[in-house]
Amino acid sequence: MIETEGLTRKFGGVTAVDGLTLKVDDGEVFGFLGPNGAGKTTTVRVLCCLISKTSGTARIAQYEVGDGADSVSIRKIIGLVPDNVGLYEGMSAYDNLDFYGKLYDRTESQRKESNEYFLKMLGLWEKRDSAAGTFSKGMKQKLAVARALIHDPQVLFLDEPTANLDPESAKTVRDFILELKREKKTIFLNTHNLDEAQRICDRIAILNTRLMAIGTAEELERTVKGRQTVIRLSRTSDAVVRAMERLSLSNLSYDGARAAFDVVDPEKENPPVVRAIIEAGGEVQTVTVQGSTLEEAYLKLVKEQQ
Amino acid sequence: MSLKHSWIIATKDLKAIRHRKTILYTLVITPIALSLLFGYIVQYAVSSAAPGTSVSDYAFLLDAFAFWFVIIAAILPSPIASYSIVGEKVERSLEPLLATPVTDGEILLGKSLAAFIPTILASYAGAAIYMAYADRALYGVVGYLYYPNWEMVVILLLLAPLTCLLSIELNVIISSRVTDVRAASQLGSVVFAPFMGLYIAGEIDVITLNAITLLVISAILAGLSVGMFYMSTRTFQREEILTKWK
Repeated sequence: MIETEGLTRKFGGVTAVDGLTLKVDDGEVFGFLGPNGAGKTTTVRVLCCLISKTSGTARIAQYEVGDGADSVSIRKIIGLVPDNVGLYEGMSAYDNLDFYGKLYDRTESQRKESNEYFLKMLGLWEKRDSAAGTFSKGMKQKLAVARALIHDPQVLFLDEPTANLDPESAKTVRDFILELKREKKTIFLNTHNLDEAQRICDRIAILNTRLMAIGTAEELERTVKGRQTVIRLSRTSDAVVRAMERLSLSNLSYDGARAAFDVVDPEKENPPVVRAIIEAGGEVQTVTVQGSTLEEAYLKLVKEQQ
Repeated sequence: MSLKHSWIIATKDLKAIRHRKTILYTLVITPIALSLLFGYIVQYAVSSAAPGTSVSDYAFLLDAFAFWFVIIAAILPSPIASYSIVGEKVERSLEPLLATPVTDGEILLGKSLAAFIPTILASYAGAAIYMAYADRALYGVVGYLYYPNWEMVVILLLLAPLTCLLSIELNVIISSRVTDVRAASQLGSVVFAPFMGLYIAGEIDVITLNAITLLVISAILAGLSVGMFYMSTRTFQREEILTKWK
């Protein structure tokens, strides 16, 4: 659905996005992670044909990003929720949606139907005649999401949709995104929120001007240090330590009653270690396998580039 | 270009203007108050004139008052255009609007219509009041309806619309550099200065504001308007708006 190849955008001498190559499948929820100034919003703006690319190629569906005629076609099949919701604060919730419905050439009956559907679905129907300016941040965000969906787009771009929201509002917006995911909408989600990305996204890309990594959350977690076995001992001795050292375990660390080492296949690698500990007179209390978190992966990748 | 899209944007802005009391009062009060004032002055001049005074003795006054409808057309669009463009910039509502299939030209046309239509209607309404008032006062002296005359026709059909257009174009350019609606409106209002200069030049007999002079001014304005249109469309491009507008 979305495909970029060496996509680059420069502002004067500053490169905001450098040679981005990625592919987002139809119906996929794709998370775009990165620190402030990483080029996430610039990427979305380029893909939404709001600003031009400096070089490279990008396609959405069958349309070429950057081509004059295709730009209008792209904007017809996408919906955008920018980082600043940009509602018409003096207009009612209903009129905000209706205005956009008209711009997408929806008929009056189509607009009526979709305005009611989204306002009810997002719990804003009772407030439909209230000015958007009187809404809470969460309500505004929900209305902005409804606005982006009013024409039933094939691709939805969400730029930090839960930033600055209280936990309850953030959850409502996230639940709505999950609902859209069930409806097989292609979603391109810019976010700082690693937990959100992990919970919602099928795949995640980490961007810091350049693409640092791409994959499922699990795949990214593994890029840091794979998995680690931690053994807690209720009885230990020098003999136990020597027995473990003889096994040539990767990155073995030993701290009193706690031993830790890296594993690739814990089910295969852990039993001989436990056996060696017991044979050396040790007593095992717990054996746990820990993975690195997405946060660790993210921080490592971003730090590495800096 | 779809006129339908432009009209949707214009009607949205026109609706919003209705709720902006300052703009609404400026639109309604300015032309009506000036028309009534000018009419009253004409009536006073006629009633206090010596017997045998002819219409030519009033001509300089009547031409000068008529020219004020050009000045009105220069001043009125400024608060509307500023609100409609800088207001959207402040509300950050331009980005989602630019993400729709609507083209830059359609948005610009919609915004221009929202400033043009009420200005022209207000100017025409004011001119109608003034002409009726002045004709009522003058009829007893000249024996015919002085207005509408060729000067007024040129002013209302050529000069006022062109001036209004120029004012809107200037406001678009100013809007790209300003983040405050009031500042944009005040800066945009400077477009009235050259017209005020023409008015004063007419008053002190440097030029005569007759139909021919007004046609020449219209031609100059048309040329200026084309140049400003080019500049304003260059300014109002989504790339410029999202990356360079302050």
